[in-house]
Amino acid sequence: MSRLLVCPPDYFGIEYEINPWMRLTNRVDHGRAIRQWHELMHVFEHDLGVVLERMTPIPGLPDLVFTANAGIVVGRTAVVSRFRYPERQREEAYFESWFRGHGYEVMTVEAGLHFEGAGDLLGFPEYCFGGYRQRSDIRIFPVLSERFHQEIIPLELVDSRFYHLDTCLCPLSGGELLYFSAAFDSYGRTAIAERVPDKLRLAVPEDEALKFACNAVCVGKHVVLPTGCPTTQAWLRIRGYETHAVQLDEFMKSGGSAKCLALALD
Amino acid sequence: MNHYQESVYLQGHIIDSLVLAKVLDLILMMGGTFDLEDVHIGKTREEPSHARIRIRTTSRALLDDILRKIQPHGASIEREADCRTDRAPADGVLPDNFYATTHLPTQIRLNGQWLDVDQIEMDLAIAVSETRSVAQAVPMGEVRQGDQIVVGREGVRVIPLRRPQERDVFGFMESQVSAERPHGHIITDIATRMSQLRERHSQGQADSRVLLAGGPAIIHAGGREALTWLIEQGFVHTLFCGNALAAHDMEADLYGTSLGYGLTAGRAVPHGHEHHLRTINRIRTIGSIKAAVTSGIIKQGIMAACVRHGVPVIMSGTIRDDGPLPGVITDSVQAQRAMRALIPGVGLALLVASTLHSVATGNLLPATVPTVCVDVNPSVPTKLADRGSFQAVGLVMDAASFLSELARCLGRPT
Repeated sequence: MSRLLVCPPDYFGIEYEINPWMRLTNRVDHGRAIRQWHELMHVFEHDLGVVLERMTPIPGLPDLVFTANAGIVVGRTAVVSRFRYPERQREEAYFESWFRGHGYEVMTVEAGLHFEGAGDLLGFPEYCFGGYRQRSDIRIFPVLSERFHQEIIPLELVDSRFYHLDTCLCPLSGGELLYFSAAFDSYGRTAIAERVPDKLRLAVPEDEALKFACNAVCVGKHVVLPTGCPTTQAWLRIRGYETHAVQLDEFMKSGGSAKCLALALD
Repeated sequence: MNHYQESVYLQGHIIDSLVLAKVLDLILMMGGTFDLEDVHIGKTREEPSHARIRIRTTSRALLDDILRKIQPHGASIEREADCRTDRAPADGVLPDNFYATTHLPTQIRLNGQWLDVDQIEMDLAIAVSETRSVAQAVPMGEVRQGDQIVVGREGVRVIPLRRPQERDVFGFMESQVSAERPHGHIITDIATRMSQLRERHSQGQADSRVLLAGGPAIIHAGGREALTWLIEQGFVHTLFCGNALAAHDMEADLYGTSLGYGLTAGRAVPHGHEHHLRTINRIRTIGSIKAAVTSGIIKQGIMAACVRHGVPVIMSGTIRDDGPLPGVITDSVQAQRAMRALIPGVGLALLVASTLHSVATGNLLPATVPTVCVDVNPSVPTKLADRGSFQAVGLVMDAASFLSELARCLGRPT
């Protein structure tokens, strides 16, 4: 992963409630949010050495900052998301035009199916996990699987606080996996355990899961994650990762953290 | 029976993710049942799997609930089409590509609704009423020019039989026929059924009639008294037979012989071979079996019991019949029609000691009717049991022993 798509939080705020984290009464400290976002970008660029592609923020689209939900990028093809909630459906056209403007072949999702991009599809080079039920439809995965010749193992998300797969599951470059087991049902937990051996799995404790420890960005042996997750950090360090904790609590007011704020382009 | 059903299709990486297991668990936990059809498991990690699941429930509401619950897991309802029909081109001629029935419960889809096919029977066609509201199985010969006949397989579905809930021989049979198997408990179970059916029949309940199709070996072997007793006691409600069973039954009454053999003496009596001819001639003189019984000429036996107890008898003729007796239907198409007319309402069929009548009757019976086939020749019960019904029980044994034991189980003094 050398390039990430991001969007500055110029118009970030809470203007609607579409997940349990969002409270209209919970005002975002705008200056603080901007400082936190720039701190994250600094870590990305200087500590991880990735190239950032910055989208132009749009007034009235407060969640455009969460570019992980723009879609997914496979090679030079971008599958643009089709959001479940009308509040975010207005972002689709902007993401699509960004991809087209940057030379990507755009694939759209058939009407009636919802798909929220890299928020619900992430995995290892050999296979992916797909989160469904809260936002994305399970029926999108066979379509993507066929198009990209990739195995996608659907996992039902059963806790509305962990509404995207990237809020409760994070595959790492060395084959390890962070996950919050209570966000999945027993079928999902079994499917995960079948694929990732015990010693490679960290079942993140609930207090850290609620701080979105799993909403982490892994590039090589670097992991960027929100602050306040010492158990997760300690385990990552034992596994040989360099951890970078960034304060992102302003974005947690919207139910997003490090991973939600970036989309891997390649 | 679970008459409400819908097919759903599930695809993707449904095995490793346990999504298929979850969907099947949901169906069962909610009280439905399913059949897995067309399961394909991907051979490589990239290759997806797919499964077609037929869900069955006891109510429409439950089916809708289950569909609502499993759709978020990717189960999509199969697009179903109405069945297609063509007009019969001439009397007794079916359109090309007509749908040939099985003896299993069958439904066709008309105007978006699944409709039961009435009077289902194997090897027939399905005719749809002009109003497209009624569907009925129809024999080739009964089709009239212009009748709407179902063609192709689209919009037709067959409902497999469930094992019956009763934990008796009909619930456990595996369609195996063996002369070595002990018969006692099987006959006990049949007797229990017959006892229940007599009770239900006396209350006017549906599907409570017991049909017996039998051959003359019943008389020759000495089962006449037992069968007479079963009819008199109200355990048998319809009789299918041929010329011979009736003739030898009445021969026994008039002469004490069956095909010339003294039934009690156990040996041929002088000129005994004439007895059945004289019997037939006697009845032909009187005009009918009923008149022979009511006038007191025929006093006892199977035919007398049937007449006295109002048990309908269909006698179907064959090419080698003597006489035949008045009432024997010599046109086999008409005979088949007459037998078919008495099938609805049958709750148990006993096919005893007759290859021809057993097979003919077996072909007319829907798979849902418990059927017992008794013959000393194993090929007859095997043929019947092979009809693919859980409820077909084959017994390789002598007719008289079977009927005597059955009557004993039902309380006949010995």
